[in-house]
Amino acid sequence: MQYWAIQTLNSLALGGLLFLLAAGFSLIFGLMRIANLTHGALFMLGAYIGVSVMRQWPNLWFAALAAGAAVAIFGGLLERFILRQIGGNVLGQVLVTLGVSFIIADACLLTWGGDPIPIPTPPLLQMPVRIGSFIFPAYRLAVVGIAVVVAIALYLLMERTRLGAMIRAGVDDPQMASAVGIPVSRLFSTVFCLGAALAGAGGVIGGPILSAYPGLDADMLPLALIVVILGGAGSLLGAFVGAFITGFVYTFGVALLPDLAYVILFLPMILVIAFRPRGLFGKFAA
Amino acid sequence: MATEALALDGVDALYGESHVLHGVSFSLAEGRVLALLGRNGAGKTTCMNTVIGFLRPRNGAVRVFGEPVQRLAPDVISRKGIGLVPQGRRVFARLTVKENLVVAHQKRGGAWTLERVFELFPRLKERQAQDAGSLSGGEQQMLAIARALMGNPRVLLLDEPSEGLAPLIVAEVGKTIARLKREGQSIVLVEQNIQLAFSLADEVVILNTGRVAFSGPLDQVRTNEALITQHLGVF
Ligand SMILES: Nc1ncnc2c1ncn2[C@@H]1O[C@H](COP(=O)(O)OP(=O)(O)OP(=O)(O)O)[C@@H](O)[C@H]1O
Ligand SMILES: [Mg+2]
Repeated sequence: MQYWAIQTLNSLALGGLLFLLAAGFSLIFGLMRIANLTHGALFMLGAYIGVSVMRQWPNLWFAALAAGAAVAIFGGLLERFILRQIGGNVLGQVLVTLGVSFIIADACLLTWGGDPIPIPTPPLLQMPVRIGSFIFPAYRLAVVGIAVVVAIALYLLMERTRLGAMIRAGVDDPQMASAVGIPVSRLFSTVFCLGAALAGAGGVIGGPILSAYPGLDADMLPLALIVVILGGAGSLLGAFVGAFITGFVYTFGVALLPDLAYVILFLPMILVIAFRPRGLFGKFAA
Repeated sequence: MATEALALDGVDALYGESHVLHGVSFSLAEGRVLALLGRNGAGKTTCMNTVIGFLRPRNGAVRVFGEPVQRLAPDVISRKGIGLVPQGRRVFARLTVKENLVVAHQKRGGAWTLERVFELFPRLKERQAQDAGSLSGGEQQMLAIARALMGNPRVLLLDEPSEGLAPLIVAEVGKTIARLKREGQSIVLVEQNIQLAFSLADEVVILNTGRVAFSGPLDQVRTNEALITQHLGVF
């Protein structure tokens, strides 16, 4: 029993991390129709920046904020100076973002070396938590909590503020939105930075579970894609539900049928593509 | 001399290689209503697109209270005081009625607020929490007008506000425009409904295949059947 309870919590924790990663990916794709394939690399870059920050100031939360800010700036420059120049050219954006991912991956390898670097769990969260007869690692519970808080905050931002309504107006009809005075491209840049920040901070928050290692980007990106295809691009709720489904399928797939884990992972995605191409909650066909 | 609120000056506009506006010039004085008329495809909407910045003119200038705007982006032009009620309404379907209005609010020292707009269109107030996409055509038209007013425009562009509406609703829209006119709003009114246009306009500009075929005060058109038959194909 304890084993399955732990697997469940692991699923939830992975789901939480995937949400941090996929929320930005989904928003960016839904808003700007940019499939930003640097997202996995931004997650990894965040993790490595977190490593360096924590060498100076050993506080995970501060490191997550710092990495989020740094990756947001990087994302902003990428959007402004590269992606915007090839706006509307979908294939071009896919290729460019993939190319930039390789560059980031190589730069990380050069800077931080090829060995995995563990990121320590914050001391306060190192103790196991006892719930009923089960014992859980506290940090994983905290990760789930963070994902839920971020999800609620993003929901409130998008659905309950004027800024969020302006962004949604820009999604609905970008030209008409600009005609009522909304600076659509500036707003979209902001969203791009926000998505990058979430990925970067997610990399640090995932650190105590995943650590920072070469290939983290390539491990995370397919999971983010699955989340977005499952949940539906542009939908926060979709990213949330899709992230936890993916977290469960992956964790239990690895635990039960390790040889088929990847096949099992892609199964729900194929079903969704076959029967509901917009994803569970999406607005567009992927 | 009245202040010039909006002017097109020798505007050439193209969609790709297709040349749609040929040296179009006209101007609107502050506080007046200019009716921009012409058959389907004459280039009326293209004029609106050029003013708001959806389309950059190849030659010529667009001036808003004397300031050239033809190189600016739509959001900047909007902030110079141009409000557009586009053909086909284009309300933000997945936003609520209230959100449609709130996102378009610009103060600019004007009097329009959410409360005043709801006063003008009580039906919108009743439906403020509803998605705009679920409104009827007439309600969507009112929302499109209300949304433009929320920007406190110095010049209001109305592109076929009566299109596709039942006669009763057309009359209501007409009354609203008349009220805006009384309050001193400068308006460019594009219409196929000639009666409605004539009942509101001070000046008339008639476009024919992208050229200005006539430009002058209402009196000179109203009684000129030849002009109307030739360029508008009615009567
Ligand atoms: N996006 C576009 N691309 C290419 N050609 C266009 C485009 N929009 C309009 N046109 C062409 O430009 C010409 C003028 O169109 P415009 O929409 O300005 O006419 P209009 O006077 O508004 O007509 P209507 O009364 O039917 O709305 C037409 O010949 C039309 O086919
Ligand atoms: Mg038109």
